[in-house]
Amino acid sequence: MSDSVGIVTPQKWVFEEPITLSSGAVLPRYELMVETYGELNADKSNAILICHALSGHHHVAGYHTAEDKAPGWWDSMIGPGKPIDTNRFFVIGVNNLGGCHGSTGPSSINPATGEPYGSAFPVVLVRDWVETQARLADRLGIQQFAAVIGGSLGGMQALRWSITYPERIRHALVIASAPKLTTQNIAFNDVARQAILTDPEFHGGDFYQHGVVPRRGLRLARMLGHITYLSDGGMGEKFGRLLRTGEYQYGFDVEFEIESYLRYQGDKFANVFDANTYLLMTKALDYFDPARHYGGSLAEAMRQAKAKFLVVSFTTDWRFAPARSREIVKALLDADRTVSYAEIESQHGHDAFLMQDAPYMNVMRAYLNNVAKELV
Amino acid sequence: MAELINLRPDLKHIAQLIKPASRVLDLGCADGELLAWLQANKQVRGIGVDVDVNSIVHCVEKNLNVIQADMESGLQHFEDGSFDFVVLSLTIQSMHNVELILQEMLRVGRCGIVTFPNFGYWENRWQILKGQMPVSETIPYEWYNTPNIHFCTVNDFSQLLAKLGMQVDGQVVLHQGEPVNFLPNLLGSLALVQFSQTKRQQTLG
Repeated sequence: MSDSVGIVTPQKWVFEEPITLSSGAVLPRYELMVETYGELNADKSNAILICHALSGHHHVAGYHTAEDKAPGWWDSMIGPGKPIDTNRFFVIGVNNLGGCHGSTGPSSINPATGEPYGSAFPVVLVRDWVETQARLADRLGIQQFAAVIGGSLGGMQALRWSITYPERIRHALVIASAPKLTTQNIAFNDVARQAILTDPEFHGGDFYQHGVVPRRGLRLARMLGHITYLSDGGMGEKFGRLLRTGEYQYGFDVEFEIESYLRYQGDKFANVFDANTYLLMTKALDYFDPARHYGGSLAEAMRQAKAKFLVVSFTTDWRFAPARSREIVKALLDADRTVSYAEIESQHGHDAFLMQDAPYMNVMRAYLNNVAKELV
Repeated sequence: MAELINLRPDLKHIAQLIKPASRVLDLGCADGELLAWLQANKQVRGIGVDVDVNSIVHCVEKNLNVIQADMESGLQHFEDGSFDFVVLSLTIQSMHNVELILQEMLRVGRCGIVTFPNFGYWENRWQILKGQMPVSETIPYEWYNTPNIHFCTVNDFSQLLAKLGMQVDGQVVLHQGEPVNFLPNLLGSLALVQFSQTKRQQTLG
């Protein structure tokens, strides 16, 4: 375990100053759940912010207890000697505002009512997250991140950081991401939301008071999502048409292994994730479109940026296909920004950004080595 | 510029042609040897393009900007006229869309530099005469495992440029890294051609 950050303890940061969100709604106070690994150096120049995707959180690497079966969600990438090397960098993982892993979100108590926020929790946008992360950086005394890194929705946060706070980020690593969702992406998100919204136990988002959880809706949402995160080829290789009993049963119970797998994933997720958070996170994805404020020109948006970029995509990712990353690259080149781009051959679909394909790890390692060299 | 000596011979000649502080696009940049040299010695702002992810890793290791892309479908990443020099070294003979890439080079850049193995080199001709496909220093593959699909001679290449409305601005033919001035299409095994859009005669009225 010499390459693990080991046992880590999350910390809750309380922000008493109100925040006005993009929607106009105001949160009088909020909390962020945060994990950090490595040491912040004397001039506070070695900090890396890790932005999470849809169902992610602050627990990026290491273990919470010695008994933990699985480490943080990006443990393959972060740790001593790993591409995001905690011997050199001070790494910060944050659970985003609206999340359900300790940061203020729909299941938190609304100070105005003494009840959980539920349906009263406002919609949050990617830029709102960036704002809360910037305030966290202020608290830590970090003027400028060595890098902001994220996959998928996390990549969108890295892009937004580079536009909103160009002076505060030296490198942006945008992985398996997109400059905005396609119509098909939004369509998938809405089917997932409808599964939750129409669950009889959703109660308009105020299910907490009813002592129930819209588990069926969440489960369906996750099953659908899961299909879109994998590739047809990868799924076929893993499960094929394998039957649990070896024979057709002519019924609607679990017969194919893939059914079993998806139901298992759906159930697991429904037990730990908050339905309102799922709605919020998918909405944040739908709304993200930095070009919108620049006459529809992504290049114009990227002209605000001062960071250097690494953009990475994966060949079998059809949710956020390589063509979407190429749009980002094109915009950066048009804006005369510094960018490198790798299109990684992988069979893991969208989830490839969490896997350990050697070329991917090599590109990340090479790039972050250079980021580390700038520190000396 | 002492380290010029360490560059691959064709790259050495390309490097000499490139003006300091210019913008350079290196197509098929491989491990980024040329760009790294140009950045260190000529203050060039460069971008590499390669289809192979290992090349991308090598370039990133050298702190170069590099884009992984297949050039067969053109250079969509790049805007018109965004480079001073567009280099394509020892790659064109393995490409399907030779005309497209030449046109794309002069769309995104002012000046193109291409290097390719000269099929007109006497040893190649001699092997053909003996009834064999040539295998030589610049064409080091057997017919059945070669990535090369479009061989040409120095003369063929300039004819194609003319057909595409392009002109040769400079040409060096090399053998074992040394320029060949006498009968270059026969005695040189590797050609370097610098080209640009043919200047049209201005007509009045």
